[in-house]
Amino acid sequence: MSAVAAADVHEKHSGSVPRILVFSTNNISDPGIDLAGSQHMHYSAGVEVISLPCTSGIKPSWIAHAIDQGFDGVFIASDGDECAYLPDCAKRASRIVGQAQEMLKERGHDPQRIRMAAICSVCAEPFTRQVQQFSAALAALQAAGAK
Amino acid sequence: MNSEETTVAGQRSPEERRIGVYVCHCGGNISDYVDVKRVVEAVKDEPGVVVARDTIFACADATQQNMEEDIAQYGLDGLVVASCSPKLHTVTFRGVARRAGMNPYQYTQVNIREQDSWAHTDDPDGATHLAISLVKGGIARTRLTTPLEPLVVETTQKALVIGGGITGLRAAIGLADVGLEVFLVEKERELGGWVGRFGTMYPHDRSGHDLIAQLVAEVKRRANITVFTNAELMAKSGSFGNYVAAIRVNSDLPELIHVEVGSVVVATGFDTYQPEVGEYGYGIDGVVTLPEFKALIDASSGPLVYHGRPVKTIAYIYCVGSRQPGANEYCSRYCCAATAHAALQVSGLDRGVHQYHLYRDIRTYGKYELMYTDSRKHGSVYMKFPDDSPPAVARTESGTLIVTTRDTLTGGEELQIPADLVVLVTGMVPRKNDELMDLLKLPVGTDGFFNEIHPKLRPVETVVDGVLIAGACQGPKNSTESVASGLAAVTQSAAILKKGFAELDPLVATVDAAKCTWCEKCIDACPYSAIEKAEVAGRTVAAISPSICKGCGGCVPVCPEDAIDLRGYTDAQIRAVIDSMLEEPVA
Repeated sequence: MSAVAAADVHEKHSGSVPRILVFSTNNISDPGIDLAGSQHMHYSAGVEVISLPCTSGIKPSWIAHAIDQGFDGVFIASDGDECAYLPDCAKRASRIVGQAQEMLKERGHDPQRIRMAAICSVCAEPFTRQVQQFSAALAALQAAGAK
Repeated sequence: MNSEETTVAGQRSPEERRIGVYVCHCGGNISDYVDVKRVVEAVKDEPGVVVARDTIFACADATQQNMEEDIAQYGLDGLVVASCSPKLHTVTFRGVARRAGMNPYQYTQVNIREQDSWAHTDDPDGATHLAISLVKGGIARTRLTTPLEPLVVETTQKALVIGGGITGLRAAIGLADVGLEVFLVEKERELGGWVGRFGTMYPHDRSGHDLIAQLVAEVKRRANITVFTNAELMAKSGSFGNYVAAIRVNSDLPELIHVEVGSVVVATGFDTYQPEVGEYGYGIDGVVTLPEFKALIDASSGPLVYHGRPVKTIAYIYCVGSRQPGANEYCSRYCCAATAHAALQVSGLDRGVHQYHLYRDIRTYGKYELMYTDSRKHGSVYMKFPDDSPPAVARTESGTLIVTTRDTLTGGEELQIPADLVVLVTGMVPRKNDELMDLLKLPVGTDGFFNEIHPKLRPVETVVDGVLIAGACQGPKNSTESVASGLAAVTQSAAILKKGFAELDPLVATVDAAKCTWCEKCIDACPYSAIEKAEVAGRTVAAISPSICKGCGGCVPVCPEDAIDLRGYTDAQIRAVIDSMLEEPVA
């Protein structure tokens, strides 16, 4: 996707809340996100979650695809050091994010549209804070783009 | 009966699928904030959807029955339930599908409660748009499901327990009592581990030595337990349900004993933190660790004497080697209560001993708080030192042992405590066991202890099917907690082995042989050795063993040819979910 086309996709959403795709993990971060809801912590309704078994299984191309198609940002709620599958999960996840950022640059997107943080199974407040901050950062990015 | 995963023939194309969608009110938990009827209206004409309904409680028996009737009446081959977290009802609705003759892996649960209505009680319109988006994503994912069958594996009704401490002994007895044959392997010459060396312990004021003697007697009474002491696991082959363990008994003997087992319970325990010389004065005569102090108490029947000197003043320094940034960052949990208990024992031996407890935080959780209170009633004085200013220990020229500290609760003034004995309250550290980790492919956390899948939801299971962990090899635990986790491992083993067969989730990685160029990158990405070289139609390609694959998907992004997919999370499904979500605008 060219830089102009990439800008078009996100211009479509300007004025609305930033739309964030979250990749969570079934055993670690998804329970943390569930807990945020169970405690009625509020975050933007533009946040949508796809859960996978492990952060290391995320394809960089999925992240690029999500941004290409109209998500304003992708937040990876990673297993961090708590991954039950892979001891080097955090390192792998960081590599995946690096590759995805390169893909975004090639497609004319700002690599800041990807953010990652380790979210544990009781990290309700950190998740809420992270997506609120990311939402604000993406809104600022949109506003700067509009100018 | 070891059947490979199979897909069922006669699968409809995504365009021809017949999907039922059920959107739950959850009483009002969802529908108070999400316009459920609007969601149904928005998704009822999605491709493949033939039934779309709202329901007050999707999980109610009557609703489940209605779903089963719909599956039969409309010939459904896909099911989407939009309700609560999949952690709660995945099994419920897979059961609905199975009972109605539909493949349970063609059901998708969409979470519109925890991840929508409850998080957006302030934004009903946004919550409704989000629900529509999520349900559309769920439908898209379901359209691309394939019928899958769990891997059915025959299981050997025998279990291997590694470690003959209190956890391993109790687990072995439990396993034997549910009718399994048990092999217990202990590295040392004697059974009992740490607890066997202790005298009276908290929380039950019973002698560790006596407890172990009782457990060993129970083990000996059971003909279906075989004990190997001075023994080690040298190799493990086979796969879930049918492992072959090679055990070396006595390192001087070259022969290995091979036993077939269905499950392995790892209960290898812990080591204690050993301070460096100079750390809080360690190395100075009169400065001892908690286990050394415990041995002194256990050996005393009257007032304490250390190296010929009577002990009249004791200073305890807490959190030595625990909660240290950049080192052991975890709390060792047991040591505060163990020290309060030791202080009570000292008071019992000699009421005239002055005891000063220098702590960062006291964590005598639960009922152990009573021991802390009791120790104070018996004269123990607790002083909280600042995190950034720990106590210092030195022996003066006159030979007096002096502990210098500050008590933040009484103004932070510097205090000097002359002590006959300084006890460094050391915690548990992971036992170094690289060979076992490598043999069993046990995942290890950053703290160095073995990692369970989830500390609360699946507390003794590892990602290696049939390999369970229990006791302090998982992290610091006292004897009661260790025994509880050992019994949890018994229950889990029984669930796996007693039926004679077990089912494994078929959501594993697969290789598209036509795309694979055997670059070997996936081999390096799999720590479980699930990927092997295979010949397919005259080409060398990667092949993944479904019974060894853990379904993490770690091999998926490393494949440069996009030849690997994880069932249930395929490339096509994830892209379709993303595209379908975006069809619905946000508020």
